[in-house]
Amino acid sequence: MNIAVCLNQVPDTSARIKIAPDGKGIDQAGVTYVMNPYDEFALEEALKLKEKFGGTVSVFSVGDDSFQQNIRKALAMGADKAVLIKSPVRDASDVAFVLSEAIKAHFGGTPDAIFLGKESTDFNDAQVGPMLAEHFDVPCVSVVVGLETDGKTAKLEREIEGGKEIVEVTFPFVLTAQKGLNLPRVPNMKGIMAAKSKPIETKEIPLASTAKSTLLNLDKPPQKQAGKIVASASELVKLLHEEAKVI
Amino acid sequence: MEAGLNRLSNNLTQKILAMPTVLVFIEQRNGQIKRASLESLSKAAELAQGGKVVAVLIGSNVKGLADVLGKYGATKVLAYENSAFERYAPTAFAKLIVKSVKEEAATVVLLASTAMGKDLAPRIGARLGAGVVSDAIDLKEENGKLIAKRYAYSGKAIASVVLESEVKVFSIRPNSFPVKDTHTGTAEVVVSTYNPETADLRDIVKEIVASAGKLDVAEADIVVSGGRGLRDPNGEGKQNWENLERLAQVLGGAVGASRAVVDAHWRPHSEQVGQTGKVVSPKLYIACGISGAVQHLAGMSSSKVIVAINKDKDAPIFQVADYGIVGTAEDVLPQLIEEFKKVVSHN
Repeated sequence: MNIAVCLNQVPDTSARIKIAPDGKGIDQAGVTYVMNPYDEFALEEALKLKEKFGGTVSVFSVGDDSFQQNIRKALAMGADKAVLIKSPVRDASDVAFVLSEAIKAHFGGTPDAIFLGKESTDFNDAQVGPMLAEHFDVPCVSVVVGLETDGKTAKLEREIEGGKEIVEVTFPFVLTAQKGLNLPRVPNMKGIMAAKSKPIETKEIPLASTAKSTLLNLDKPPQKQAGKIVASASELVKLLHEEAKVI
Repeated sequence: MEAGLNRLSNNLTQKILAMPTVLVFIEQRNGQIKRASLESLSKAAELAQGGKVVAVLIGSNVKGLADVLGKYGATKVLAYENSAFERYAPTAFAKLIVKSVKEEAATVVLLASTAMGKDLAPRIGARLGAGVVSDAIDLKEENGKLIAKRYAYSGKAIASVVLESEVKVFSIRPNSFPVKDTHTGTAEVVVSTYNPETADLRDIVKEIVASAGKLDVAEADIVVSGGRGLRDPNGEGKQNWENLERLAQVLGGAVGASRAVVDAHWRPHSEQVGQTGKVVSPKLYIACGISGAVQHLAGMSSSKVIVAINKDKDAPIFQVADYGIVGTAEDVLPQLIEEFKKVVSHN
């Protein structure tokens, strides 16, 4: 079973985000980039399938050379190969397009499965997975918290409001991973050593179309003022009822 | 005179150009229309500025739901029925929405940003070659352009985005726009039986497992969240968590949790509020025993009113709270339950 895993890197979740002076991005000072946590669940699930059924796991990232470190981590966890796509992507549609081109070229067609996180914690678009499925014309199951498979069909659980949906699909398909799917492994020394000799291919893929979206600017969300400290539960309930009028 | 006429006709042309046909996907589960879809429909009526507002309903038996949509601003309802559509069938739904967009020449497509809407929006975008904005919290026309606002970096920044494609797809975060049911027109209803091809049902939902009658944090008007300060539910914190659930029940709200308690397996992940959980904007958010890590604040600071209960008066949660009580869950929760009961029963 040959699986493609798409991997993004994002500011560490504990990072305080400062907007850059041009208002188009964030101030990079002091920000460390980690593997997008949801992509880590996707990678772990792919590695588990490789262990069970054999095959390979190839990792695909869209970005600059700063991605190398997190790609090495993926290789140390057990991925076999990696492709770093350096294209001037502007939005999720671009990312889905260049990923689909790179994946097609790498596998000579559609791989057995494409796994990625349900969203990246930077832009939280949650678009790339379903868009990839459309590019490959295969089923997609998003926000997955459970997977059982015999290698031919897969039974997946996806999280919805107040419950779960059970979906059965046949390979190939796209899966977007949600927290709860698994516990990602930590690379061991053997993996880290092995990763050093694994190939990272770099390629540039031209964008297909004009930009579908333009980011005008980023703003800080309105800061809340610290409110009133009240002495008792009865006072609080009175304020919520009479002042805030939410009860 | 001629100049005047020309100006008049130019104005008319501009007006017609400015009146987009807006299409809204109306999500229903078990014959119940999602409130978030009505929020989107109300917004669509505003954006259409007197133009066409097309509502799309898909299900096994949805024609009965079509009639009410007029008062929320729909001018036309396309209802697609098939017994297979009792549950969500992503490929078929995307195909039907795209077909409707093309037939109605819609240029703006709105969906509620629910589990279903989030899954559909990018599929529709890819099929139409359209740009997609996910989880918009605001949508405004300025100088002939639709400017969408949305959170980025898990609530730590707000991005303003413009879509450049001819068709524009927006998923709208629940609770962002009010429901307006004051339209007087009746919508034209077109019911069609759609027979899906095998490939259309390739990712259809087989079964839904509900978490026993629980309201989801992402959909609730009131969220009552607990953190480490409530202590171990399998030990000394048992009573605290029971009280928290009781409080949620009294208020008709949902129980939420911090990442710490989810990682400790005290509560299920589906309840987690924050950067790696759910982002919520209820009208009332009560955080109990939650210190307020950046990762938690990212998920709830857009709530309308925030109440913090914490024994540490310097806890960061108080910085974003509208009202706070310094105290322990053991002391405050039972009192709150009693006080809320008085007010809620009066209503």
